[in-house]
Amino acid sequence: MTRARPEPVQTLKERRDSVLRRMTSSIPYIQFLGIEFERRGDELTAILPYKDMLIGNPELPAIHGGVTSAFLEVASITELTWSNFWEVMESHGSASTDWSTEPLPPLPKTIDFTVDFLRPGLPRDAYARARVNRSGRRYASVHVEAWQDNRSRLFAQATGHFLMPE
Amino acid sequence: MTQIGIAEAQRFVDRLPHCRELNIRVEDTGLAQASMSLPYDKRLIGDPDTGVIHGGAVSVLMDTCAGASVLMHPANGGELATLDLRIDYMRAAKPGSTITAEAKCFHVTRTVAFIRVLAWDNDRSVPVAAASAAFTFTPISTLERAST
Repeated sequence: MTRARPEPVQTLKERRDSVLRRMTSSIPYIQFLGIEFERRGDELTAILPYKDMLIGNPELPAIHGGVTSAFLEVASITELTWSNFWEVMESHGSASTDWSTEPLPPLPKTIDFTVDFLRPGLPRDAYARARVNRSGRRYASVHVEAWQDNRSRLFAQATGHFLMPE
Repeated sequence: MTQIGIAEAQRFVDRLPHCRELNIRVEDTGLAQASMSLPYDKRLIGDPDTGVIHGGAVSVLMDTCAGASVLMHPANGGELATLDLRIDYMRAAKPGSTITAEAKCFHVTRTVAFIRVLAWDNDRSVPVAAASAAFTFTPISTLERAST
């Protein structure tokens, strides 16, 4: 028995990066807030580069609580869609698929989202990582944490429930 | 304490850069309550297949409206911050429609305010989302003590 040769690393990276880029660049609200994603293997980090228009409290100043909440929700939905699509993307035969045109899965819908504001969002870049705690056929539960300068000093965290697309 | 009117509340909202960017309008003010609207904007679309506004933009409207209802409470001394915000999304907002939110600050302790928010698009009886929030605020007595 011969084992299939592993894919060249460049092919693999191009496929993963192109799918991630298409998943996020097609959504106007992600572009509006300026959210970017960094990928290491299957791990995603959402980045919210600081912009003055994200401010909700000009006296402190601090990032608008609604923006923090939106950033966490975007990070959660992207992680959920990405982790569900990963198997499809990495399965056998995926090499013959054209990933620049292959339809992407429909987005899950938010059922509820609960944000815990731990510290004010400072006027600087913010980062978030989400973890899918349960992903069933119909529902998923996702937890997300956000920080700014120090990974161990979270400024917000959230849990959300999502309805999976049919 | 004199009640804050719509125009004054709008000036307050316009000082918040993100609310100005989203063109959030104050619709009504009252004792410990506020109502605001978010006009439909293609930049806020969360699902390009349907044109539905992203939940995140709805959370900005609801958080702003909740904060305003605390400002409208006589116990509030001016500074506030969101502690916790939970939003339930009942259905997708209709693409093209303005979303309106109404917040009521229904209880305060010395430094914590409890708020409920409802959001709808065309029909108030079929809500798009409901939220429950807790804010911290500086009580008015602290400021009065500090100034004397």
